[in-house]
Amino acid sequence: MTDKDLQAREKVEVTTEAESTRNVPVYVPAVDIYESQDALVVVADMPGVSPDNVTIDIHDNTLTLRGTVTVEEVNERMHIQEYGVGDYSRKFTLGRAIDQSKIEAAMKNGVLTLTLPKTDISKPRKISVKVA
Amino acid sequence: MALIRWMDRPDLYGLGAEFERMQRDMNRLLSSFMGRGMSPFRSDVFPHVNVSEDADNLYVRTELPGMLPDEIEISVEGDTVTLRGERKLAVAENVNYHRREREAGRFRRIFSLPAKVNADAVTAVFKDGVLKITLPKAEEAKPKQIQIKSA
Repeated sequence: MTDKDLQAREKVEVTTEAESTRNVPVYVPAVDIYESQDALVVVADMPGVSPDNVTIDIHDNTLTLRGTVTVEEVNERMHIQEYGVGDYSRKFTLGRAIDQSKIEAAMKNGVLTLTLPKTDISKPRKISVKVA
Repeated sequence: MALIRWMDRPDLYGLGAEFERMQRDMNRLLSSFMGRGMSPFRSDVFPHVNVSEDADNLYVRTELPGMLPDEIEISVEGDTVTLRGERKLAVAENVNYHRREREAGRFRRIFSLPAKVNADAVTAVFKDGVLKITLPKAEEAKPKQIQIKSA
């Protein structure tokens, strides 16, 4: 990667969805989405979310990622608060046919990596032309 | 000459209330831009931190998803904390990126704490991408209970 210094970004709250019943804000996680020949991969930053608290849902070609944080009850006085602690949620519309039975998810250090294998019909096929 | 605290000075022109109202409105305006409960004047340096305290310790929390504990360097001197590191991202080969929102790069942040800490007893935990540093306050910074003796 380039030799640049990271810039701090503000966390963006989700405004479009129905309100959460939990008393924490819901943020939009930053994602990288890339497509290889066989699969679509979604990598999402969800710090503070442990692997058991991630929900991945695919319904009608819509992929919903949700991560919840466990808020610790502490008797501390805040001095500086530059970011909020909250849940994460993001929805995507899948244009490709995905083989739902082969979806894999891994979560490490607050980063969710979701691998969605494409079904065979959407993989590029080579059609060889026979000489008639 | 008697010293009067700034806040207790006589309000000759009745402007105190006006200024207070203006300050409250400005605070409200700024916090509506910044989101819930955030300090209106925060640094643009990565990473953002939350600093809190209780009677014995100071706590610094910051979010560093995808980093490994060895990639983060924390140093404490007196009441100053330096956080340094480099966030590396695995870049996949031979793929087509549709979205690229996560960033990689170096960072260095130096900030001072509201109280002096005992630099030898500082501990840090990194879990699920959140770094939590516990800094025990130096003896002189802890609140002391004063007993009243009956004479």
